[in-house]
Amino acid sequence: MTELSHLPATPRTGLRRWYRGRPALPAKRVQFDQPLLPWLFLMPQLAVIFVFFYWPSAQAISSSFYLEDPFGFGATFVGLENYGAALGSGEYRKIAGFTALFTLLVTVFSLGLGLLFAVKADKIIRGRATYRTALISVYAIAPPVAGLMGMMLFDQHIGPFVTLAGWFGWNMQVGIDYWDTAFALVLVSVWKQVPYNFIFFLSGLQGIPASVREAALIDCRNGLTRFRTAILLLLAPTAFFLLIINITYALFDTFAVIDVMVKDKPANNPITLVYKVYSDGFRGNDIGGSAAQSVILMVVVLILTLVQFRWLERRVHYG
Amino acid sequence: MNRTNLIDHAVLILATLFMVLPVLVAIMTSTHTAVDIHSNGLFLTPAGHGAETYAAVLTRQGGFTGQVTGTRMMINSLILGVGFAVGKIVLSMLAAYALVYFRFRLATVMFWIIFTTLLLPLEVRIMPSYQVMSELGLLNSYTGLIVPLLASATGTFYFRQFFKSVPDELLEAARIDGAGPFKFLIDVLIPLSKTMMAAIFIIMFVYGWNQYLWPMLMTTDERFFTLMRGIKQILQVWVGSQIPDYNEAFALAVLALAPPVLVVVVFQRWFIKGLTESDK
Amino acid sequence: MASIQITNLSKTYPGASGPSVADINLSIRDGEFIVLVGPSGCGKSTLLRMVAGLEDITGGEIHIGDRLVNRVDPADRDIAMVFQNYALYPHMTVRENMAYGLKNRKTPAAEIEARVAEAARMLELRPYLDRKPRALSGGQRQRVAMGRAVVRQPAAFLFDEPLSNLDAKLRVSMRGEIRRLQKRLGTTSLYVTHDQLEAMTLADRLVVLNGGRIEQIGAPLDIYHRPASTFVASFIGAPAMNLLDAEIAGGTLRLGTVEIARIATAAQGPVSLGIRAEDLSIATQGLPFRLDFIEELGAQRLVHGHVEGQPLTLSLSPDIAISDQMHLAIRPGALHLFDTNTGKRLSLPESERQQIHAPA
Repeated sequence: MTELSHLPATPRTGLRRWYRGRPALPAKRVQFDQPLLPWLFLMPQLAVIFVFFYWPSAQAISSSFYLEDPFGFGATFVGLENYGAALGSGEYRKIAGFTALFTLLVTVFSLGLGLLFAVKADKIIRGRATYRTALISVYAIAPPVAGLMGMMLFDQHIGPFVTLAGWFGWNMQVGIDYWDTAFALVLVSVWKQVPYNFIFFLSGLQGIPASVREAALIDCRNGLTRFRTAILLLLAPTAFFLLIINITYALFDTFAVIDVMVKDKPANNPITLVYKVYSDGFRGNDIGGSAAQSVILMVVVLILTLVQFRWLERRVHYG
Repeated sequence: MNRTNLIDHAVLILATLFMVLPVLVAIMTSTHTAVDIHSNGLFLTPAGHGAETYAAVLTRQGGFTGQVTGTRMMINSLILGVGFAVGKIVLSMLAAYALVYFRFRLATVMFWIIFTTLLLPLEVRIMPSYQVMSELGLLNSYTGLIVPLLASATGTFYFRQFFKSVPDELLEAARIDGAGPFKFLIDVLIPLSKTMMAAIFIIMFVYGWNQYLWPMLMTTDERFFTLMRGIKQILQVWVGSQIPDYNEAFALAVLALAPPVLVVVVFQRWFIKGLTESDK
Repeated sequence: MASIQITNLSKTYPGASGPSVADINLSIRDGEFIVLVGPSGCGKSTLLRMVAGLEDITGGEIHIGDRLVNRVDPADRDIAMVFQNYALYPHMTVRENMAYGLKNRKTPAAEIEARVAEAARMLELRPYLDRKPRALSGGQRQRVAMGRAVVRQPAAFLFDEPLSNLDAKLRVSMRGEIRRLQKRLGTTSLYVTHDQLEAMTLADRLVVLNGGRIEQIGAPLDIYHRPASTFVASFIGAPAMNLLDAEIAGGTLRLGTVEIARIATAAQGPVSLGIRAEDLSIATQGLPFRLDFIEELGAQRLVHGHVEGQPLTLSLSPDIAISDQMHLAIRPGALHLFDTNTGKRLSLPESERQQIHAPA
């Protein structure tokens, strides 16, 4: 889970306002007027943030301009060379391409399934709580555990999925064949993320007032059209919020799934950009290059978040 | 009407199978012997070898230096989960209190300084974070495990939303009743936030317990290994063995997933409320 | 117990184009019940909250007793406040809610106990002392909020629309209760409401606010009978006073083609003519009235129609026969004249107004 995945459902404050550059209004009509006390309360959080967020972030930016000696004998300023090296390499571009595809697939499928399950669970009255519990429980499973379980299910030797694929003449070789591994990664990542989307879609659906449903029932005969024109529109804020969460999930949180499933053999296996940052930095000892990739990722995340907030927000109906 | 209902149920049953079967397989298979699994594959039925496998995983000293048991790893995971959740609640509650209930210069700037941390997950700054930790000498310590994870605004965001939903008049009444900032926080706001704190605790506990990348980098000393780190470990031992310890891997997976899953299932109501409710 | 002196008080919110409250001068006697009334956004709550110390003061002074309180913390102003949504602490029992303010002031426990018991007896809250607010009805919560104010024995009570969350019936009975309590305790009270009926029935003196300024101060009946402006005329009293476009020409007040009264004034040109609904009656000759519809209220009926193309409402006893076309007479001395541009009352000596009953 990334930080964003814990944001509450309606992106009504915070990011949105930040992006539009509006000043934050005072949160309360009446506030305490002590000049020093709030600093006392803020100090612990600020200290942690400065030491463990701003300092490392600044370090990432600064070391991305240096070439560090792998044996620890100082560093040379190389300007944008690290960026050039990263963006210029065919391998990097291939990984970026896979990351995009992977993100797209994971986002589409986990959102789609989450929505489907939520719509069905919302319709049903008897047994709703049981289904809900069953579908939610997986939320709490850690990505590496999901990866481990996926690995077993796709094991060359004992994995039922491999047997199943064999019946259709598919010689599935997860961990060896690039696209077979990619398939397994997507499936496990989607499996892990569906509960999250389900929770939000279900609570979004249950938040739709009965009067609106009834109005839609009167105005529109066809169930599917009704769903598309009325219910989906009202779910748009939730879906929009989840879209960002799912993209961040696919980009970052799947790290553990990948790390477990490719078993330290990233050479001919599909990996994402975050994995490459990690493996270049910690395995390859290419600190400058890894830092440059970090910064590229940071920029991507920032642009993604901000563009989505502006671009999609206009098309989303906030009721 | 009846037919649609049937389809709905069918979809949900398939969904449930899709979600729950892998977990069930993990639990069931962990009660078989490694040889059994090696020759017969995965199981959906229990066998009688659960006790010995779990006992072995929990008590046998594994790893490279033979210092870490499954129990130790569970305790470490628990420390990480609880420590993270408590730390998060304390830090973010105080910060949110300052942001919502005080008028002070730079309040807006502070708001942005804190909330910008929402934009960049730990994963993108993992390398420099590691360097900072090693400069501070915090590698292989609980502080090093927990505190850097606190460097984000999620909890602050929650509490801020919650505090904003508390009626303004409550503070006004309390001020007329002679309550200062500390009294108001302790006498009114904290008792009011109990449910919210419980919900955040659950979410953050799961988040802390499930951490993978950070503990993996931070801990080279096996005494600080968490269960997630143990999973990595068991896979590394795996390579090259004749018959991998499938059963133990599954047992470890079950130990790693059981506590957070139980917490979420048992406290479902609070958990969902905390996750989905931003303002009332 | 104390008087409250408000001098040249004004409030401008940061970033606002104009003041929310301006030029307020108000002198409240010890034990007086003052009601601030006006439409929403007129600044009445802001004014009250400045007295409470919940809003900063931009200009002017507030004295409670002999003490200048501009920079005094709300807790130290010796006031108690009753909020619209009651603002009870949801996690405390009724007893704890009432005792909290006293506890923070280090009142001895025995004293707290005695005062809470007394307030509970007075407000009939004794059976509920150990309940939490959510287990109480709206009226009971309202009483707890009052109890919290009463136990403090403050110099002044401040009420911020305390009854507007109650249903109509309860509102009437609580209104009486507040009045009774205030009379009994004799505590200076400042009460904000947008409900003119509540204002009329409660107040020793009314303060009518409009756009952040005082329109008129006076006893309820004085204001009712001599509204200082068209705003007050239309705001106080139900149904609202009829306001008609009229004209003074050559010492005669005309409504369209109808001559209403002779007025000994040099003034010429358009005026606003105000007539209360109960000051009109059916006559054989006079204002030609065309009926639109009737609202039955039981004890009386409100008759809506037009005079000279302008809407007019009169209040009649239900036993009076009504037809579609009627003539109306105005009770002598019941004419109110206002400047068309400023809305201010034009005061004319009573003797110089002479009604004309001549037909049109």
